[in-house]
Amino acid sequence: MNPAGAGHAPPYAHADDVVTLRGVDYSVGGKAVFKGLDIAIRRGEVTAIMGPSGTGKTTLLRLITRQLRADAGTVIVDGRDVAGLDGNGLYELRRKIGMLFQNGALLTDLDVFENVAFPLREHTRLPERLVRNIVLTKLHAVGLRGAAGLMPQELSGGMARRVALARAIVMDPQILLYDEPFAGLDPISMGVVLRLIRSLNDALGISSIVVTHDVREISQIADGSYILSDGRVVASGTPGQLRDHGSPVVKQFMEGLADGPVSFHYPAPDYRRQLLDRSGVS
Amino acid sequence: MRALLGDLASSLVVFLERLGAMTRFAGQVVAQLPAALLRPRLVVEQVYNTGALSLVIIMTCGLFVGMVLGLQGYELLQRFGSEESLGMGAALSLLKELGPVVTALLFAGRAGTALASELGLMRATDQLSAMEVMAVDPMRRVVVPRFLGGVIAMPLLTAVFIAVALYGVQLVGVQFLGVDQGQFWSQMRGAVEFEDVREGLVKGLTFGVACSLIAVFEGYNAQPTAEGVGRATTRTVVISAVVTLVLDYILTAIML
Repeated sequence: MNPAGAGHAPPYAHADDVVTLRGVDYSVGGKAVFKGLDIAIRRGEVTAIMGPSGTGKTTLLRLITRQLRADAGTVIVDGRDVAGLDGNGLYELRRKIGMLFQNGALLTDLDVFENVAFPLREHTRLPERLVRNIVLTKLHAVGLRGAAGLMPQELSGGMARRVALARAIVMDPQILLYDEPFAGLDPISMGVVLRLIRSLNDALGISSIVVTHDVREISQIADGSYILSDGRVVASGTPGQLRDHGSPVVKQFMEGLADGPVSFHYPAPDYRRQLLDRSGVS
Repeated sequence: MRALLGDLASSLVVFLERLGAMTRFAGQVVAQLPAALLRPRLVVEQVYNTGALSLVIIMTCGLFVGMVLGLQGYELLQRFGSEESLGMGAALSLLKELGPVVTALLFAGRAGTALASELGLMRATDQLSAMEVMAVDPMRRVVVPRFLGGVIAMPLLTAVFIAVALYGVQLVGVQFLGVDQGQFWSQMRGAVEFEDVREGLVKGLTFGVACSLIAVFEGYNAQPTAEGVGRATTRTVVISAVVTLVLDYILTAIML
C-alpha cells in the first residue's frame, strides 16, 4: 500500500475488496461528517481505521452495516451496494457481518452463554446439544468458557468485550467490525484482545476492520491503515508507511503531539478576554 | 401575544409530529404481531414481567381503594337509609370506572415505566443496535412481545384489582360497619349485569393497548442518554395518565 492524499481513490482498490466506499458524503444536522470519502478494505486483512476523536470512525462502521445511509456515494459490502438492499437483503448481508461494540452491548437480561447463543437461536434451528457445543467453542476461543453462567453485570470491561467478540463470531461471519476494542482496557486485557483480533482473523479467514485511536497497539497487528480527518482519508498504508508519512496531520496523530493541525482546543473566544469579562460565563 | 401564538403553533407542530410518529410506530407493531405470536414464550415472559410483577401493588392499592369506597359509600348511603345498597354501588363503580382507570394509572406507573426505561437503556447501551447488526429486528424480538405482554396483562390486572377492591368494600362495610352480608351480596348480584362487566373489560383492554403502546414507543425512541431515558420514563407516566382519562370519557360516552 502507498500513502495517499485526501480525496484520491484508494491506491489499492481491488476486485477482491470486501468493503468499498466511494465518494461517500454523510452529514448530521447540517454538519458534514464525510466529504467524498474513499476507502477500500482488502479481503482477509486486518485494516485499521484511525483518526482523532469525532472524525466519524464509528459512523463509518454504521454506514457499512447500513444502520445509517450515506447522503451520496456508494457503500459496497461483499459485492453488494447496501443502499439498494431491501429488508431481507439487508438482514442477509448482516448475517455475514459480526460487530464488536465499544461497550460490548451484551443483552443484560441474558447470561453469557445465552448472549453468545442469541444469534444461533434467532437464525437457526440447531439442536440444543449443537448450540451448546458451538457456544462453548466460541467462549473457549476467547478464554471465557468458565464464565458461561455469569451475567453481563458480573463481568469486567475486558471480559464483556471478549464475550461480545465470541457472540460476534458465533455465526462465522466473513467480516468483523471492531468499534474501539481497546478503549478503557487494562494492559493485560488490551494485549489479549489485540492477539484475539489477529488470531481470529487468520484462523477464521475473515476480514477485520478495527476502528481505534490506539496507534501503537493496532500497528502491531494491522495489515493496512487509514487515517481520517476532516471528513476524508488523509493517509493510508501500512503502519510503517504511516509512521514515515510527511503530512503534518499524520505525523501529529501517529506521534501523539499536542501541537499541530489538529487543535487540542475546541474553537473558543480569546482566553484572556473571556476571563476578564464580567458580563457572564459564556 | 405574537410570541405566545408562535409558541403555541410550534407546540402544536411538535405534538402532531409526535402523534404521526406514534401512529407509524403503531403500524409497525401491528405488522409484526403475527410473527411475535409465533413465539409465545417471549410473550408469556412479558406477561409475567408486566402482569405478575405488578400484582402486589395492584392488590395492595385495590384493597385500600375498596376500603375507602366502603367508608365513603356507607357514610353517603346511610344518609338515605340505604346502606344495604353498598355492595351494588361499589361493584358498579369499580367495574365501570374505578377498576379500569386506577389499574391503568398504576400499570403506567409500575409496568409502563419499567418498559420505557428498559427499552431506553437498551437503546443507550447499544443493545438494540447490536440486534440490528445481528440481523435481528428489535421490533419483532423486543418491542412487540413487550407490547403484547402489557395488552394481555392489563385486563387480568383489572379483574384482580376489582376482586380485591370488592373484598375491601365488604371488609369495611360488612365486617366493620355492620351492613347485612346477605343484602350486600344479593343486591350486588341483582344489579350487576353482563354489560357492566363487559364495559370494565373493554376499558381495561383499551387502556392496556394505549399504556403499553405509549411505554414501548417512548422507550424505543428515547434519546440514548441518562437524561433521555429519564425523560422517556416521565413522559410515559404523564401521557399514559392523560390518555387513559380521555379514553375513559370517550368509552363511557359510547357505552352508556
